[in-house]
Amino acid sequence: MTGFLIRRILQALVVLFLVTLFTLFLVHLFPGGPIRAMLGPRATPEQVAFFNREYGFDQPFYVQYVKWVDQIAHGNFGFSLKLNMSVAALIAQDLPKTIVLVALGTVVSLVFGIPLGIYQAVKRYTLGDYALTGVSFLGYATPTFFVGLLLVEWFSVDIHLFPPFAPQGTSVGQILSQPKALVLPVVSFAFVLYALWSRYMRSSVMDNLVQDYVRTARAKGASERRVLWGHVFRNSLMSIVTLLGLSLPTMVGGAILIEVVFNYPGMGLAFYNAALNVDYQVLLGFTVLATLATILGNVLADVSYAVLDPRVRYS
Amino acid sequence: MAVIPPPGTDPAQIPEYMPLMGPPGAPDGAGSLAAAKQRGLLRRGWEVFAENKLALAGVAVIVFMVLFCFVGPLIYHTNQINTNLNNTLCSPSAAHLLGCDNLGYDQVGRLMVGGQTSLEVGFAAAVVAVVFGTLYGAFSGFVGGVVDAFLMRVVDAGLSIPYVMAVIILSVVFHPNTIIMIFVIAVFYWLGVARLVRGETLTLRTREYVQAVKVIGGRRSRSIVRHIIPNAIGTIIVQATFAVADSIIILASLGFLGLGVQAPATDWGDMLSGGLTYLQSSQNYWWLIYPPGIAIILTCIAFNFVGDALRDAFETRLQRR
Repeated sequence: MTGFLIRRILQALVVLFLVTLFTLFLVHLFPGGPIRAMLGPRATPEQVAFFNREYGFDQPFYVQYVKWVDQIAHGNFGFSLKLNMSVAALIAQDLPKTIVLVALGTVVSLVFGIPLGIYQAVKRYTLGDYALTGVSFLGYATPTFFVGLLLVEWFSVDIHLFPPFAPQGTSVGQILSQPKALVLPVVSFAFVLYALWSRYMRSSVMDNLVQDYVRTARAKGASERRVLWGHVFRNSLMSIVTLLGLSLPTMVGGAILIEVVFNYPGMGLAFYNAALNVDYQVLLGFTVLATLATILGNVLADVSYAVLDPRVRYS
Repeated sequence: MAVIPPPGTDPAQIPEYMPLMGPPGAPDGAGSLAAAKQRGLLRRGWEVFAENKLALAGVAVIVFMVLFCFVGPLIYHTNQINTNLNNTLCSPSAAHLLGCDNLGYDQVGRLMVGGQTSLEVGFAAAVVAVVFGTLYGAFSGFVGGVVDAFLMRVVDAGLSIPYVMAVIILSVVFHPNTIIMIFVIAVFYWLGVARLVRGETLTLRTREYVQAVKVIGGRRSRSIVRHIIPNAIGTIIVQATFAVADSIIILASLGFLGLGVQAPATDWGDMLSGGLTYLQSSQNYWWLIYPPGIAIILTCIAFNFVGDALRDAFETRLQRR
């Protein structure tokens, strides 16, 4: 186990190195360089040269890379001239709000996805199973932003039940104080993930139901309820934990689109605005942060899998 | 030596389609069969596919969409070149079956033009991503060792950048037209394909017929192109089908964000970009929201159905053998 942990972490470090290289490279793809993109087409060559020197873009790539990584390691994610604030401060301001959206959405999706997935597996090939399968297919085929649009159309334009905009405010407290406005963004976010969990739970429970240990449990006279909840459910849940760790990129993508649709003041909306304004410092900082989180999530998923499932032995 | 992740923790299987996929079946041995027998197998595969009503419905929807978008404009003539501000947001009528958008373009004609972009980019991005991912994954898995470990870390690295973020940044950088958009979508999508095909290759490379090529002195490229890839083709085709649906959705999302193909080109997502504004105005301009949205959903569900059925067809074919 220790050996596995060390190897897994070394692997993650290599990935970390490569991914930071990619991200910095992405910024250099801007036509004329990031400074030209930031200052706009009317900046004089002297101005561009000045800022290039100021920001260290005149130095060789590897020097820039080392300096940049050093800064990030010290928690400095750059400074946004467009917003006149440090990217770290922007993250500190917006990240908690995005976490609220993502956490609530994930909980709601799990609360519906897991039981319904189990129901589908137990009652497989019945009308109820087919109907829910249809819902999951819709979940896969509907773009996230369109889910948001439809909910606005139905629940705020047609019947005025919920406001069409997300709660506004700079702090988490302000966001949470407008629960009605939170409903639609959270539900849209949850719908996307719901399809993932319920499909996964269905196939996982179906796989587990034909395993030997289930037969053993039944042979020992365990009730169907005990077999399902005491044995199958626990084993299937294990893989959901792993899946949670791996679905971070999906969640980030969902958060960006949902936040734009509902004007939810989180990191996704800030990222989108940075994209429109070509605010490369924010783009770079946010991408690195999300990527670090993803790598961490992957490592945790692997480790949790090894810890939770005694059958898995990495040698 | 790389740690082989346990089944179910492979991130390549996670996004979008993992729950539908289950563990990818390992197609084996099909290439070693006599041609005549193989035709029989293909036919049986087709029978399994044809038994699946949903899959046939999916094919029908795809055919309909292609005809609608590419043949439709020849029958239903609209002006999609000049804006006509007299018709701005006109309601559906005999002259304009689904009304007009904010620039006065006929909405049905717009659906056709937008659909052309969506379908073209969707197909092309899927093909580019799947072809490159397949070659990369097959090479990596076949060569093995340090090279494989490094190539796979590159894939890991690319996959840990959230896809939507990466695609948004590339769109901002390149202001893509239709052709560039194909690459913007494919450039991060192939990674998942590569990982999947590499997994298949690991099981295939130990087969006798692959070993035999090595023994008689055949080149690596021959093993990969003639033996590994044909035997993994089931997985690859299924993946390609889902890739089309994914590409259409990501293109639509970029279009919605206003970062998609540049005007005068449009796609189904781009048509929805002003949607929220129109929903909330005093009039309810439903024809601006539902037609493009339903077109996206129908097309993507169709590809999902076809992909699912193809997987069943490939796997059942192997089971029956």
